[in-house]
Amino acid sequence: MAETLLFNALREAIDEEMGRDDTVFVLGEDVGVYGGSYKVTKDLYNKYGELRVLDTPIAENSFTGMAVGAAMTGLRPIIEGMNMGFLLLAFNQIANNAGMLRYTSGGNYKIPMVIRGPGGVGRQLGAEHSQRLEAYFQAVPGLKIVACSTPYNAKGLLKAAIRDDNPVLFFEHVLLYNLKEDLPNHEYVVPLDKAEIVRPGKDVTILTYSRMRHHVTQAVKGLEKKGLDPEVIDLISLKPLDFDTIGASIKKTHRVIIVEECMKTGGIGAEIIASINDRYFDELDAPVVRLSSQDIPTPYNGKLETLTIVQPKQIEAAVENMVALKV
Amino acid sequence: MVQERTLPQFHAPAAQIAPEEGLRLYEDMILGRFFEDKCAEMYYRGKMFGFVHLYNGQEAVSSGVIKSLRSDDYVCSTYRDHVHALSAGVPAKNVMAELFGKETGCSKGRGGSMHLFSSEHNMLGGFAFIGEGIPVALGAAFQSRYRRDALGDSSADQVTACFFGDGTSNNGQFFECLNMAALWKLPILFVVENNKWAIGMAHERATSQPEIYKKAAVFGMPGVEVDGMDVMAVRAVAQEAVARARAGEGPTLIEALTYRFRGHSLADPDELRSKAEKEAWLARDPIKRFEGYLLEQNLADEGTLKEVRDRIQTRIDDALTFAEESPEPSPDDLYKYIFAED
Repeated sequence: MAETLLFNALREAIDEEMGRDDTVFVLGEDVGVYGGSYKVTKDLYNKYGELRVLDTPIAENSFTGMAVGAAMTGLRPIIEGMNMGFLLLAFNQIANNAGMLRYTSGGNYKIPMVIRGPGGVGRQLGAEHSQRLEAYFQAVPGLKIVACSTPYNAKGLLKAAIRDDNPVLFFEHVLLYNLKEDLPNHEYVVPLDKAEIVRPGKDVTILTYSRMRHHVTQAVKGLEKKGLDPEVIDLISLKPLDFDTIGASIKKTHRVIIVEECMKTGGIGAEIIASINDRYFDELDAPVVRLSSQDIPTPYNGKLETLTIVQPKQIEAAVENMVALKV
Repeated sequence: MVQERTLPQFHAPAAQIAPEEGLRLYEDMILGRFFEDKCAEMYYRGKMFGFVHLYNGQEAVSSGVIKSLRSDDYVCSTYRDHVHALSAGVPAKNVMAELFGKETGCSKGRGGSMHLFSSEHNMLGGFAFIGEGIPVALGAAFQSRYRRDALGDSSADQVTACFFGDGTSNNGQFFECLNMAALWKLPILFVVENNKWAIGMAHERATSQPEIYKKAAVFGMPGVEVDGMDVMAVRAVAQEAVARARAGEGPTLIEALTYRFRGHSLADPDELRSKAEKEAWLARDPIKRFEGYLLEQNLADEGTLKEVRDRIQTRIDDALTFAEESPEPSPDDLYKYIFAED
């Protein structure tokens, strides 16, 4: 076992996969000589050379489209979005080309590519650098969307994403890069389509992902002291959702709280609630509650920023209210 | 009518071409023309749907460039993609079946007129939005260089031909990709088919520098203009650009001056282009011109050319029958092809 920081876990995943398969390459802004804005590709340029760790000009839509063309012709590109918010500039290439082209081409081409990078609300980064794009992209057919949350799952999921033959949007969180965890010395891969039961429990199901998993974990400490026993599920896969795991939990607890960092309107939680109503309405003892970010551009001011995203105390209160059936 | 640009001089009689090669080009141009004429007929008879953009008038560009490629080279097109697909070797029956939305279509009836694909023929696609095909083509070209220089595969010398129009040359992806192609010396031909009109927007009204080939210079890339109504001239510049690309000497921007003989799409009333302009360009029909060349140079006689036309007409008729008789996709397969495993 070796204690590893999350950004290094991602780096190990890329390094191992590049060593394993020489069609895997990285491209993006400052991924090469500079080593990546969060050092996820540090030293890989020296190891693999300038074509396999390709520093691109600042041209998100064009280098994303270039990765699609490279994937169509047999390579396995990993795009680093220096900040995932920049991918709005590549929305057309991600939606029309990465997402839809396999279907539109009647199966002529597959697009094995990973688009990864930091998203989420950081520390006073301002609205444009604090985006949660997962909700924007979830309606695009043909994309898989994954959010990692720990060094262990970051490494295993990224390896799985690189090996997947489909376009995978891989969300990291800007505030989680320095999380530490002992990782196995042996090679491992974490499946992309499985939610992770973080804490089994019986009172209520908390569905969360990315950094909010850690806010939930903090809230659970308080809830445990009050004798409550919530089940915490990290969704991991935001598309497709793992309804086997979600459904089994609902059948056990009959209550659901969703904790997400994306905005409430049109968010991941909105989709989950609709799907739960479709599939498990009869299992529910209470309406599903969602705790989401406010529907506003993330303000720069620190106090306003804190008010924008869900805090552990709010999660604690929501669970208590639900268990007391005061929803 | 805007003053036409002076066409670059090209001395066709001096160009060496074997009779078989001349007939191969002629056949390809006839195939493009007859195919598109049949599409127009089917559209107006209500057998074909959606947006259909025909290529009539521009045949010398597709044939001149794509017939200068090898079969393992790549072709990337736009929404006006039928003829590029045909030149790239996608069988007419599979293109026609695609336009009929049939399971036997080259995109299994899921793509339609603007989304023709064939991995077998390295046809990277018809791309419906302006400019989005350029980075995809760049990716195919990058892949060739990657295989050659990162993976040490000396046989990886495939070239990519990327087609787009004058309107696209004002789009950011054009400039971004020219920059990257020159920066990394990628084996790619950027072929602008300047047909003077982006639907109703005259080229001169949309751009500060109408001579598109000159935009190559700022990227340190060769830019050439060519008479897009002369297949021999197009072929000559394409062959030179392909040789450069294949030798690892990087990209070329080719601006082919051409004209579409029909509206932007079959839904376009085509009210803005003057009669005088249309007649002037119709008089320069690339197929008639090439017929004249083949006859003058004794590369073919009337009988041989007629045989080609008859053979192609039969192929188009067969393609139509094939398309009409082919099955539609099964409703059970509605979700097929979303993911690679499907």
